[in-house]
Amino acid sequence: MEFASLSLYNQAIILFAALALFMSFIMLAQARMMPLIFTFAWQGLLLTAVSVLVAITSGHPELHISAAITFCLKVVVIPWLLYRLSVKLNMQYDAEAMTHPTLLLLGGVALVIFSYHVSQSIVHLSGLATRNTIAVSMAIELLGMLLMIARKSAVAQVIGFMSMESGIFFAAVVSTYGMPLIVELGLAFDILVASILFGVFFFHLKDSFGSLNVGQFNRLSEANQTMPTADAAEPRPGEHA
Amino acid sequence: MDSQLIAWILAAAQGLLFIAAAPLLAGWLQRVKCHLQNRAAPSVWQPYRNLRKLMGKRMVLAENASWLFRATPYIVFGATLLAAAVVPLVAVHLPTAAIADMIVLVAFFALARFFTALAGLDIGTAFGGMGASREMMVAALAEPAMLMAVFTLSMTANTTNLSVATEYLLHAGLVLRPSFLFALLALAMVAVAESSRVPVDNPATHLELTMLHEAMILEYGGRHLALIEWASQIKLMIYSVFIVDLYFPLGIATDFSAASLAIGVVAVTAKLMLLAVLLVVWETVLAKMRLFRVPQFLGFAFMLSLLGMLTHVVLETGI
Repeated sequence: MEFASLSLYNQAIILFAALALFMSFIMLAQARMMPLIFTFAWQGLLLTAVSVLVAITSGHPELHISAAITFCLKVVVIPWLLYRLSVKLNMQYDAEAMTHPTLLLLGGVALVIFSYHVSQSIVHLSGLATRNTIAVSMAIELLGMLLMIARKSAVAQVIGFMSMESGIFFAAVVSTYGMPLIVELGLAFDILVASILFGVFFFHLKDSFGSLNVGQFNRLSEANQTMPTADAAEPRPGEHA
Repeated sequence: MDSQLIAWILAAAQGLLFIAAAPLLAGWLQRVKCHLQNRAAPSVWQPYRNLRKLMGKRMVLAENASWLFRATPYIVFGATLLAAAVVPLVAVHLPTAAIADMIVLVAFFALARFFTALAGLDIGTAFGGMGASREMMVAALAEPAMLMAVFTLSMTANTTNLSVATEYLLHAGLVLRPSFLFALLALAMVAVAESSRVPVDNPATHLELTMLHEAMILEYGGRHLALIEWASQIKLMIYSVFIVDLYFPLGIATDFSAASLAIGVVAVTAKLMLLAVLLVVWETVLAKMRLFRVPQFLGFAFMLSLLGMLTHVVLETGI
């Protein structure tokens, strides 16, 4: 009941957790590419701060290492990779047209309520002061998934995927003081490889479809190329209207 | 008995100070804004001169204006005055603070807005109707956000009375509550929308197609216009003091000794000046948004206050 009776460190952990959740909401609301990447980096920074604080309060020095890994990957390397990619693909000023932005945010709020409800049953198994943030970490995962569902742009979907991974990492830190380091290293390496692979994919998608909008992937690139000619006006077999 | 009398005198003095200082805040805001935008700045006393000039002007009323049109400025000013009496400016525990809580405060604003919209429709000009419909759209979206933010605060303070809540927060000291942060952001966004500032409305423009509040009061002149403008300056001040009270209550007087009252006046002046500078920076950095973007802006504010309430339930209870 008494939030004020927690130490300032624990209060700060909870505050940063709430801010990380807020960053997920900003990502949902953000239509522009550059701010989306920067918001993802901010979320990574907040996660780093949380794991450093947990490392200090719980006396688990190995959490400093995972904080350092998080900082390197989520604040520096992945945002920088995505930034460089969007500059190369000349889409750094792109803004997505979003349908029903407010409805999307309210759906996000519903997901937070859902994850609170679900985590109620596991929260009382933990004795940590930060156990309430399990619901937040779950909400970050689900919001990342919602971002992947709601967005058409492939880059935004990748960011949603990365933020889901942030949610998993966050859950590990606040509920059990971190995963075994070997698992964490493996996961971090996976994410790094995934981001590089996504980058390669982006180039191929841009080459074959001329766009990173997944809504246009059901069109064949040959159909697009022959579109401007006069005889292409009639619907060709196999092409959806 | 004697202390009761002193408390009532202080409450009256605080109410008078509130309405007397509101144009000064507007003047300070204008001055800082001009300095920031490299323009020649008017004196901080300029709003007082404007009000005096308008008070002295002859009244011009449209032929088909009904009693509603004539009564509206007084209703608006009266409702705003009552709202100002509830908000603790210098000291908490004043007897007027018991009149109403934060929910009634929101209702006072709604009352004033309702009559302004009716008066805009009453004359029958196109701009009045357009302004009324726009204002109502903004109000319908801003009010739930405002109320949710207020509920978030009152869940922590266990009261909806502003004065009691302020005192509770003053004694709570430094507690990093995420719910307060979200409620603060939501309140700031709502305050910007409700007091007709950039990016929702631009108080300085009289461009017909973009104005919200100004469109409704286009037909007013003289004494009536002075009252309405004064009321909107008081409203801005109420929102500023509301935010300052709840989030930075340091320095507010909890007893009625001369020293603590003096500290209260100095503290609230400094805090309001700082808040005005922040507002000016915000207004200078942002451009006015399209009218149809406003629901998104206020939807975000609502989401923030909802998130504040959720973080209160999820993170701050059951520890």
